[in-house]
Amino acid sequence: MMLLRYAIYRFATMLLTLLVVSALIFLIINLPPGDYLSNQIAELRASGQDAGVAKAEFLRHEYALDRPLWEQYMIWVGFMPGPNGFSGLIHGNFGWSFEFDRPVAEIVGESLWLTVLVNLAAVLFVYLVALPLGVLAAARSKTWVDYTSAFVGYLGLATPNFLLALILFYYGHKYFNLPIGGLMDPRFEGQPMTSDKAWSILVHLIVPTFVIGTSGAAAMMQRLRANLLDELGKPYVETAIAKGMSPRRMLTKYPLRMAFNPFVADIGNLLPSMVSGSVLVSVVLGLQTIGPTLLTALKTQDQFLSGFVLMFVALLTLVGTMVSDVLLVLLDPRIRYEGRET
Amino acid sequence: MAALLTVENLSIGFGTFDPVVQDVSFSLAPGETLALVGESGSGKTVTCRAVLRILPRNAHIHSGRVVLTCDGKSTDLTTLSERRMRDVRGNQISMIFQEPMRSLSPLHRIGNQVSEVLWLHRRMSESQARKTVLETFERVGFPDPDRAYRSYPFELSGGMRQRAMIAMAMVSKPDLLIADEPTTALDVTTQAQVLGLIKDLQQETGMGLILVTHDLGVVANMAEQVVVMHRGRVMESGAAAPLLKAPAHPYTRQLFEAAPAIPEVIPRPAPAAESDLILEMQAVSKTYTLRAGSAWRPDVEIHACRGVDLALPRGKTLAIVGESGSGKTTAARIALGAELPDPGGAVWFRPAHGDPIAVHDMTRAQRTAFQREAQMVFQDPYSSLSPRMRVLDALTEPLEIHRIGSAAERRDRAADMLRQVGLNADMLQRFPHAFSGGQRQRLSIARAMMLDPSLIVCDEPTSALDVSVQEQILQLLEDIRDRMNLSYLFISHDLAVVARIADEVAVMRQGLVVEQAPPEVLFHDPRHPYTKALIAAQPQPDIDRPINLKLVAAGAGSPETWPEAFRFSASVIPSLTEFEPGHKVRCHV
Repeated sequence: MMLLRYAIYRFATMLLTLLVVSALIFLIINLPPGDYLSNQIAELRASGQDAGVAKAEFLRHEYALDRPLWEQYMIWVGFMPGPNGFSGLIHGNFGWSFEFDRPVAEIVGESLWLTVLVNLAAVLFVYLVALPLGVLAAARSKTWVDYTSAFVGYLGLATPNFLLALILFYYGHKYFNLPIGGLMDPRFEGQPMTSDKAWSILVHLIVPTFVIGTSGAAAMMQRLRANLLDELGKPYVETAIAKGMSPRRMLTKYPLRMAFNPFVADIGNLLPSMVSGSVLVSVVLGLQTIGPTLLTALKTQDQFLSGFVLMFVALLTLVGTMVSDVLLVLLDPRIRYEGRET
Repeated sequence: MAALLTVENLSIGFGTFDPVVQDVSFSLAPGETLALVGESGSGKTVTCRAVLRILPRNAHIHSGRVVLTCDGKSTDLTTLSERRMRDVRGNQISMIFQEPMRSLSPLHRIGNQVSEVLWLHRRMSESQARKTVLETFERVGFPDPDRAYRSYPFELSGGMRQRAMIAMAMVSKPDLLIADEPTTALDVTTQAQVLGLIKDLQQETGMGLILVTHDLGVVANMAEQVVVMHRGRVMESGAAAPLLKAPAHPYTRQLFEAAPAIPEVIPRPAPAAESDLILEMQAVSKTYTLRAGSAWRPDVEIHACRGVDLALPRGKTLAIVGESGSGKTTAARIALGAELPDPGGAVWFRPAHGDPIAVHDMTRAQRTAFQREAQMVFQDPYSSLSPRMRVLDALTEPLEIHRIGSAAERRDRAADMLRQVGLNADMLQRFPHAFSGGQRQRLSIARAMMLDPSLIVCDEPTSALDVSVQEQILQLLEDIRDRMNLSYLFISHDLAVVARIADEVAVMRQGLVVEQAPPEVLFHDPRHPYTKALIAAQPQPDIDRPINLKLVAAGAGSPETWPEAFRFSASVIPSLTEFEPGHKVRCHV
């Protein structure tokens, strides 16, 4: 009950934050002088192609770029009717990409879900690797287990992602016949989902997951190890040992539970850093995620496309923090019962 | 009768350093209580942990045997395999730790943590264990065992948490209970009740008890056998009565002399000139509002101080005594202007020269002037000195803030102050970690003295120190007060300390002053049930004067359980009545 109320409250604040973020994004995108169309018009005029100018002028009016900035924003989000009535982000219309000359939704379409897929896989990888290794490193601290995992971890942190990607592609292809580049076999692109396509995606995911997740996993592992070592010195651990618990049972029931908090709280930070961190990796690996699109959109001032992609990344971040906040409340009674009279 | 536990020639060391415990031997019969007494660093804690083999990782048992005899079977615990040791821990030998706040996991329910012992050792199901645990909870004095079972540790008070720890240790009916300073972190009245409880349980179950403590008063109340330790060695051991009555070893005698006790005769201080008050608090109240966290529940108001009137004559010491949550620290913070009283309250500070300062309503300039006159000595010398500042910097910082003197003058003054507090001027370049607890507290005092104040607020200045050091610090505080004509507002929970240093004592409970008198009146003719309980709960290092638990229970409970004449509730509060000249009691007349 209490949890439900908190979740609703948290969701409401998330929506509010999203609103503020949308305003900021819109403002920042419009900070550089000019926009895609006015640049294009100037260019067309200079080269004397007046036919194109008419089309650009039409688009300018069609997308309300000739109006004041705040009106543009309201129309973009969908709070105010544009030239064609209410039609903004909240109505599911993501706008027009001038660069690609197609609706944003169409361009982004599949790559949106592939982005989510790649990053979820990477997050999962981070947790699956960091949890056992971190616990092991703490439980066997200052032994060869600890030193080895720390060494591998630092190696993971220090190796540039794209380098790691190239190495993995080479050896992955040579020894395991893993595919190079892309997120699926080209023949499945644009095709409906089938089991063959799913398998193709899965095989293609292996290297990118590894590449994007390694540094995160290494950092997370070190953090978990440090937290756990801190907890192992606390008196309640001594109490548990004095009760006659076996070390393994004691470790998993008490200190690990405590060290878990920062672990969970990291979900929120992990998602955005992976999305932005994976832009470069996506370019290098030729992944059809949203990253390369964002890069092009920002370079050409394609404002609706870049605005939408940024909004999407912000949404991922906010959902991540919301999930971790709700999980923390679920995990830690001290947070849950804050303000309850004793 | 065969001994339950025999420790023979035990030596323990950390790494390659000299052993911290050397050649310690003692033995304990079933049902008997043995007290391990010593100051910090004496090795008493390491010794008792060695019995359960829960030592820090780099500590090693060099030599010796620890033999446990249960049901006619003897086992040497030092050579037992780790697997079999686990069956001993929590089952045959259980342990209670010093800090009930931190010795329970905050993320698991109390019931879960206590039942775990039964799951581990009796292989009981959850519901079977629950039944036994609830019985134990009832026995250790939880008013609502069911609720306690479902509670998290942070929902309980310190005393209740320690009861939960005791329940955890007792639930498997061990043959031996090791209690490592079980009551040091608790208030005196709670301490008395917890000690009484341990004693009762011991009589019921016939278990042996090893009590580790620094407090001779606790020893006198609990122990049949005493082992006095100092720097890892046993100084003296034997039956409690003869040892406590006639200590043979000089170190034991020294401990006794330093042991705080309310003296038989307290010299009556010279009456102060009533008119020359350096600090006056008038009708000071402080209410904190705890936000309920939801719109449809009312906020909770906490009355930390309620109508406190106190007056401190120049050159005297006024002590405020009370347990945690009594409002004594809030009163001190208001006196220092660190916090503002609720509207209506007033705090006046009268410097020797110049106009009085209204501490509750100061301008910036007045505040600066007031800060030079009023300083504070804190409780914990380990955390009140910055570990990154040299002594010289820590001492001269107040002068720098107030822009007094040149660098050389500041340095000279710091050196002079160090000598005043009994340290050496060549220690100026050291860092705080190079000093012992007592020396650090001397540094704190020196720092407070740097600005040449006239009023010092001492917030439990001795409670983090060993008894022998405590004595020295009190002596120093007295010397400085008389030498420099200082006035002290002295906050403490320790009646013995207060009896020694105060000229006037105010006892606080739930934000109210319940009794106020000079110490010789207060300690030998207390009127209020709470004051009586506080005095009765103070453990005396005298085996013939055990704690009177009845008296403690009568006064330490909630104010609604007090006798008619003293009772107060949220709405009806009796006024502070002058019972005889200089002796005020809060009662209905």
